[in-house]
Amino acid sequence: MDFVMTLAIIAIKITVVFGIVLFHVAYATYFERKIIGRMQARYGPMEVGPHGLLQPVADMIKLFFKEDIIPASADRPLFYIAPAIVVISAMTALSVLPFFDGFVIADINIGLLFLLVITSLSVYGIVIAGWSSNSKYSFLGGLRSAAQLISYEIAMGLSLVGVMLMAGSLNLSDIVRAQHQHPLGMFAFPQFLGFFVFVVAAFAETNRAPFDLPEAESELVAGYFTEYSGFRFAFFFLGEYVAMLTMSAVAALCFLGGWTIPMFMTNAMPFLSYVPGIIWFLVKVYAFMFFYYWIRATLPRYRYDQLMAIGWKVLMPLAFVNVLITAFVKRWL
Amino acid sequence: MLPKLFFGYFAAMITILSLLAITRKNLVHGIMWMLLLFVHIGGLYLFLNAEFIAAIQIIVYAGAILVLFLFVVLLLNVKEEFKGRRFISSWQGRGFVAAALLLGIMLVLQYAVIAPHGKYSIEYIQSETHTKVLGTVLFNEYVFPFMILALVLFVPMIAAVVLAVKGRKA
Repeated sequence: MDFVMTLAIIAIKITVVFGIVLFHVAYATYFERKIIGRMQARYGPMEVGPHGLLQPVADMIKLFFKEDIIPASADRPLFYIAPAIVVISAMTALSVLPFFDGFVIADINIGLLFLLVITSLSVYGIVIAGWSSNSKYSFLGGLRSAAQLISYEIAMGLSLVGVMLMAGSLNLSDIVRAQHQHPLGMFAFPQFLGFFVFVVAAFAETNRAPFDLPEAESELVAGYFTEYSGFRFAFFFLGEYVAMLTMSAVAALCFLGGWTIPMFMTNAMPFLSYVPGIIWFLVKVYAFMFFYYWIRATLPRYRYDQLMAIGWKVLMPLAFVNVLITAFVKRWL
Repeated sequence: MLPKLFFGYFAAMITILSLLAITRKNLVHGIMWMLLLFVHIGGLYLFLNAEFIAAIQIIVYAGAILVLFLFVVLLLNVKEEFKGRRFISSWQGRGFVAAALLLGIMLVLQYAVIAPHGKYSIEYIQSETHTKVLGTVLFNEYVFPFMILALVLFVPMIAAVVLAVKGRKA
């Protein structure tokens, strides 16, 4: 009976997280279009519902009723599997994120490593999608993406090593608690180098501007998902936005203090401690998502050799320096 | 009962998946079966309470090495299996080698002795977390082998850089 209860609680948690994340994905696309519209001095979606608020619903209906076209010479089994790999890997990453104190689906010791495992598996969805479509544009997009993702994965993993060293744990809840104990309250201050590397690598890992080369429309039509249509295309879209939300959540948890705020702030303004933790967490995630949109509206796309040079010659050395300094400070100071 | 069932599942799947991976005509399909194989090996490590090794198994083998394999296969664009003359064509020869290997393994297993239990019991590892225990052992008792391993891996890296630079026109 106890076992059944545990299973039921886990199932309820999964359903709640799943629903909330799907809702967020739908409205992340809406706000992306709105914010970028405002930054370009236009309104963005306005037609469906008040201020275009029902636009995501209309988009979803359109995508699910579109004809599902499969190229004649595609490798069918892999063509079917690729979008599933993208969505499953993005969704699995949600299982180790603590949204507020005590609310996490799987509270495992190696939470941060698990996230790296998941990001390393999501590469397959993209490469396989590019290869199995049997189209030049898809293929080149898939290859670019494979090279980009495995290059930036290293920088991202190394930038998180500083956080692991400071917290002394790989469990995400413990990392947040360690930040709360720290006098500065957030690892973004002592780990500013690591935070910078993480932010750039997170943009590259989710294929977002200015690193959206795998889907550079002026060169590759739409990159690895050129041949996908209808709900299979929607799966890639969903995977990308869930990955963005996950990255924002990881940034909030590992560098911005997760569901806590620095102690000096609660000491200065005691009423802040009555605000529930989930609010702080969401504020941080939304701020990071806004940053994603802001960068997309601001920066042009990098050239491919520039992308590789940034990853290997700038971010990786910076991350190494950060690890060395953090280890030195932790050991001798 | 349950642990045996789990082990049986992983052992059977690992055997089947490795056979599938090496018998596919299409190399990309072979690599995808191998990915599933690596995930199952990771599962086996988890089952043995070695969560850190399980994560590293997937990050390193599935996330880095296999992606590079895939990259090479895609860049060479080998859609069909390489067809050449077999080095050993007689089935008797192959059978003999396989039988000799099996005999060798059986003989070695005869003399296998189960090592005495150290201080690293499952309870101890669970209370300290596997990552911490592994780090403590690796960087205290086995620093020298660790350094040698680092050197062994460093040498081919230099070789690769030298080869890459040599091919470039100044």
